[in-house]
Order: sequence, then structure tokens, then C-alpha cells
Amino acid sequence: MMKLVKSLALGAAMAFAMGVAPAMAAKDMVTVGLQLEPPHLDPTSAAAGAIDQVVYSNVFEGLTRFAADGSVIPGLAKSWEISDDGLTYTFMLHDGVTFHDGTTMDAEDVKFSLDRARGEKSANAQKPLYVGISAIDVVDPLTVKITLAKPNGAFLFNLAWGDAVIVAPESIEDIKTAPVGTGAFTFDRWLQGDSITLARNENYWGKPAALSGATFKFISDPSAAFAALMAEDIDVFANFPAPENLGQFEADPRFQVLVGQTEGETLLAINNKQPPFDNLKVRQALAYAIDPQSIIDGAMYGLGTPIGSHFAPHHPAYVDLTSNVSHDPQKAKALLAEAGYENGFTARLMLPPTAYARRGGEIIAAQLREVGVETEITNVEWAQWLEQAFRGKDYDLTIISHTEPLDIGIYARPEYYFQYGNAAFNGVIAELDVTSDPQKRTALLQQAQRLLAEDQVNVFLFQLANPVVARTGIEGLWKDAPTQAVDLTGVSWTK
Amino acid sequence: MLRYALKRLISLAVSLLVASVIIFIAVEIVPGDPASYMLGLNAQPDTVAQLREELGLNVSPVERYVSWVWGMVQGDFGTSYTYRTPVAEMIWQRGQVSLPLALFALLISTAIAIPLGVIAAGRRGTGVDVGLSTATQFGIAVPNFWLGIMMVLLFSVSLQWFSAGGFPGWQAGFWLALKSLVLPAIALAVPQAAILTRIMRSSLLDTLGEDFMRTARAKGLSRNQALWRHAFRNALIPVLTIIGLQFSFLIAGGIIIEQVFYLPGLGRLVLQSINARDLIVVESVVMVLVFAVIVVNFAVDLAYAAVDPRLRRRV
Repeated sequence: MMKLVKSLALGAAMAFAMGVAPAMAAKDMVTVGLQLEPPHLDPTSAAAGAIDQVVYSNVFEGLTRFAADGSVIPGLAKSWEISDDGLTYTFMLHDGVTFHDGTTMDAEDVKFSLDRARGEKSANAQKPLYVGISAIDVVDPLTVKITLAKPNGAFLFNLAWGDAVIVAPESIEDIKTAPVGTGAFTFDRWLQGDSITLARNENYWGKPAALSGATFKFISDPSAAFAALMAEDIDVFANFPAPENLGQFEADPRFQVLVGQTEGETLLAINNKQPPFDNLKVRQALAYAIDPQSIIDGAMYGLGTPIGSHFAPHHPAYVDLTSNVSHDPQKAKALLAEAGYENGFTARLMLPPTAYARRGGEIIAAQLREVGVETEITNVEWAQWLEQAFRGKDYDLTIISHTEPLDIGIYARPEYYFQYGNAAFNGVIAELDVTSDPQKRTALLQQAQRLLAEDQVNVFLFQLANPVVARTGIEGLWKDAPTQAVDLTGVSWTK
Repeated sequence: MLRYALKRLISLAVSLLVASVIIFIAVEIVPGDPASYMLGLNAQPDTVAQLREELGLNVSPVERYVSWVWGMVQGDFGTSYTYRTPVAEMIWQRGQVSLPLALFALLISTAIAIPLGVIAAGRRGTGVDVGLSTATQFGIAVPNFWLGIMMVLLFSVSLQWFSAGGFPGWQAGFWLALKSLVLPAIALAVPQAAILTRIMRSSLLDTLGEDFMRTARAKGLSRNQALWRHAFRNALIPVLTIIGLQFSFLIAGGIIIEQVFYLPGLGRLVLQSINARDLIVVESVVMVLVFAVIVVNFAVDLAYAAVDPRLRRRV
């Protein structure tokens, strides 16, 4: 008898070891697959989208936040008042908000966080968004007054970025490995190289999360990502890296596929000061030679929306400029001849490691060859791309997706790697920065889009799609990606 | 004996020093800056400069080399630029995946290869030998990552016996952790086993052709008795050499398999760090791998002596 009990116990232990037991438990956890592992967990001191994917809205919250549709809604600030001159923002904070370590979140923490982002010693990747703050005053524990040097129509938007989340001086020391925020999930543990686990914050100030916890697993290889979903090891894969497999998931009743939009404008970036690209006709010729749709079909398996300027099609201020240029190799050749290159020329094409660049690069090279432009392709890693193209401006052409939301202003930056430099455009952006009237802003944004299209600063290819594969029965996932986040606060399994 | 040991120790130190110089230079000349990598497309130059300052990147390469080597001598591998955790801790954590995986694979490959090699040699020229020879030919030709993917499709996706990858950590339970290493270990082991089988076979055949084997048979031992008592041990020397080489390969070469099975091992750490230009991690991990290879070679030397008493005297 004893023996039987023993072997039963052993059997149960075995069954547990084989992973049978977890499957029987009620489903209130999710395992999310991500391609990149965050280097650390402080969203306020690195640009890595992988950090925001794990912690944005889950662990850390800002005064404002992005909703699933990309609009800016209140976060830790329940409301705010803007002075008539647009220079003073008074934020009223939610009462009873505590950090995960039990300390209270109040106006002092807001001041600390934003001072840290804009300060002299700031290592904030988006510091330019916050340097316009001239003073932060604590009015009382639940009221904070922020004064700007000049009006900034995008200020509430900028505060919604993961780079402006509220952190506490008490826990800042270890934020990179043990993040302490105010969000609906607390950081549980990090098996470096493998996974990060979050647990529900039982003392959350707002509506508590439906999930009792979540695990983010890092799987960089696309075929491994496919297998992990198929083997039911993971429940969700955000920004699924193998578009060629999406059809298989769509046909499988175990899965749902959501294809949304990202903020990623994908470009054939042109070095505007590098001859022959300093000639508008040459840049236009490139645009006529290239057929963005064939790149969407050939490199992205149909995922992506054509764009005609540096602007997201789902934004309310979007103007459709895609018909400005059509795929017309003859016209491209004629333009090249007008510019004095009837025999074409040779250009360098630098490709970072993403699939859109590597696959798209082949197609672009073939299409450029048709009009007489030969390309020398160099495949580079990100670090090398940043060093050579972005910092050194030592490139002719490169394919890149700019994933920051509403980032048309980069074209006005001096010394930016496009080397554009148009005083008229800079004027529009400068005006936009100090305008907060929504209608006027829309008009200015549209003017900016048109200018970029007219000058054909880059060849605007397409808006990067956000394919999400999830198990059937998971609800509340973000379809679009207004910022790189996997917001789990509203996610649940259907009963 | 003492002089011999001292000589070996000095040569070990010199190889490590040379390796450290080569590694450092190789990593330094690769273009790319960890600070700009971390801060991305929107960063201002002054922010990048600030971060470089924080990371201690603003000193000359020579100074960085010296402080790196001096730190290692004291057992301090420095702090990762991107992860901001001590490199030694990271290597220790990742080693807990890579080392058991390599050992596991080695165990499987040896357990397969030695019996098969003996069988093939003992039945030289028969159908069994030809069959094994064909099988090993396939085993060598199959890339281990392909085998890994195929096994995942069969055992994880279709049968769902194993998870498709990942590592729960040893604290999740020994068997659970070991289970997650089964498929990767087999994928790593099969090509190695194929090579080892062939070595075992040919080495045993060589030994079987020696004069002392004829003497053993003439004494009246059966073919099998002679094989096990006299040939087998003698045939093991070249096999041990290969096992030693394979172990070094398995520690350093698990990089692709770790990618296929998304295991948090040393190989994946190196790959991630190279991408992020986390130079200090790359340098230190490669250094540890070099050290491991040297130590394994030393251990193999000792193993020779255990197998072959004649070598002991020469030492």
C-alpha cells in the first residue's frame, strides 16, 4: 500500500514536471513573447522600445498616458488646467496613489522625475522633449505647477511618453533591475536572457488588473517565435516577426491575429547633402523608380500602408500624399537625364538588420537598377548604423523605420542625418511648437507634410504594421501601437 | 615535476594575456558606441556624452584595457554597460545554462558514440558497419540548428511533449530545468556523436591491427575478449582528444542552438552584447571561454595519463 502511495505521489510529481498541472489551473496569467529583451527596466534612461514594451502602463505611469487609439488621456494626473498664455500647466494628482514599495506618490515625486529628465545630468533619451520646462513647483502634495519657457502644443503628448513616467527618489537607485512604479503590476523577477515576470498590484489606486500576473519571454529568432506559439508555450506575441506565418495562425482556431498600425514611418532615407542627392530631380527620380506597394508585398507579405510623407496615416492630421508620385521608371529616367545623369550612377545602400530593411533593400536595388542607378549594398548591425549613418552621416541611402510617435519635427533639427535644412520647413515646425490650438496645429502639420513631400526629402515607403498573434479568448490587447507598449492592464481571458 | 607544473602555469598565463590583448583589440575596432545605441534616434549629442561619461567610456582604450585586466586578476569583471549589473554575475547565471547543456550534450554523444564505434569496428565490413557508416555520414552532414528546428516541430509543435524553448531556471526544479535542455542537448549531440563514432571505430580498428592484439588472440582469447581487455583502452586516447575538443566547441558553439531554443546561455549573451556594443561583457565572456578551453585541454592531458600509464612516466 505504501508503495502504491509512493508511486502515485511520484506520478503526480512527474505530471507536474511535465507541465500538466499548470494547464488545469484557471487562466488568469498570460505569457507574452517579445523579440528583444530590454537591457534594463528604466524607461527614463534609454531609447530601447523593449523597456517600454514591458513596463509602460504596466509598471510605470506618467501624468498623462496613451490610450489604445493613440489619444492622450489622464494618467496619474486626474485633471489639469492650462493658463491662457499656454505657459503654465497645473496638474491635479490622484489621491492615494502609492508606489509598489509602499511610499506615497505626490507632487514631490513628479518634480523629482521631471527634473531628472530635463536636468543637466539627464541621460533621458527624449531629453529634447522636456528641456522646454523652465520650472516645476509643488503647490501642495496633490498639485504641481509646471511652467514652460515657451508654449508647447505637444506638451501633454510628450508627458505621455514612457520617458516621462513618474519615479520615486527612494527607489531610483535600483530602478534598472528592480523597478518600482505606481502601475497595476509590480515587478516580480527577471531571469536574464529568458523572461521577466510581473504580478498584479493588489494595492493599485485605479481599476485593478484582471490578470493575476504576466510573463514576458524573449525570443529573438522568428522561427523559434513561431514554434513557441504553436507549441502553446506563449499566449501572445507582440509585433510578431515572421509575417510569412500569419496566414497559418489565421487559419488555426487556437489563434487570433490582430494587424494594427505602429508609429513607424519606413523610409528610404537619403543623404540630402551628398551629391547627386542634393539635386531635387535625383531624389524625385528615386521616388518614381521605387514602387512602395511591391516592397510591402514582397518584403512584408502585404503588411503595411503606403505613405506619401513622414506622417502616420491613422493620425487625424494626416494628408494623403501617396498619389504625388507614382511608380514610373520612364519618368524616373527622364528626371535623371534632366539632372545630367542619363547614364545613371552608383550609390551606396546601407541596410540595418531588420527584415523590412534587408528584404526591402533587395527589391529597391532591383528597381533602381531598372532606371540605371546601381547600388552597393552594405549590411550593418544597429550599432554600426548608428555610428556611421546616424552620427557620422556617412551614407548615401539607407532603409529605416522611425518609430517615435509624431516625430515630423526631426526634419527641422540641425545636423540631423537626412541633412535636409529647409528654412521654410523649420519655420513651420517652430510655429507648431508654440501653437496649442488644435485646428491651427492640424493646418501646420499638414503644411509640414506637404513640404517634405514636395522636397522629396526621403522616399516615403510605408507605415510599419503591428501584427499581434494571440490565443483565442484573450481580450483587451492593443491592436495599434501608439507607443511601443504591451499594455496588459485591460487584458483578460474570456470566461 | 614542480618545474613542469610551473612551466605550464607560465604558458597558461601568457596564453591568457595574449588572448586578452587580441580580444580587446578585436572588440574595440568594431564601429559602434554603446551609449548611442542605448539612446536611439531622438537623443541629443550632449545626452550621449553624458551617458558615455557615466559609463566610464571617456577614458583612453589603454586605460580601459589595463583596468579591465587588473579587475579580472582580482576576480572583478566590471559592470555591463547596458544591463548595469556585474559581468561576473551575468556569466555565472548564463554559465548555469551553457555548462550543463554542454555536459549533457557531451554525455549523450559519448553514450551513443562509444558503443556504436565499438560495434562498427567489431563487425567491420558487415551490413551493420556499412549501415552505421552511412548513418554517421548523415549525422555529420546535418546542421545542428536544422535538427533543432525539426525536433521542435515534431516534439513541441505536433506532439507537445516538450516546450519549444526557454529555460525555467534551476530553482524551478531540477527535472523541469533538465527537461528544457533535452532537445537542445540532443541537437548539439547528434553531429558530435557521429564524428566520435567514426573516430572510435577507426581508432579501434588501428589498435586491433597491432602486434599485441595478435599475441592476445594467440594466447587463446576470443575476439571479443581481446577487444575489451586489450584494444579498447588503447583505442580511447584519440577519442579523449576529440571529446576534449568537442567540449570546448560545445561551450562556445552552443550559440546557434541557444538562439533556436531561446536559452539564456553564454552564447546568447555574447550575441546580445555584440549587438548592443556592450563591449565589456563581450570581452569578459570571450575571455572566460578562452580560459575554459585552456582548462579543458589541461584536463584532457591529465585524462591521457589516467588511461595510459606510459604517459604518466613521461610527465
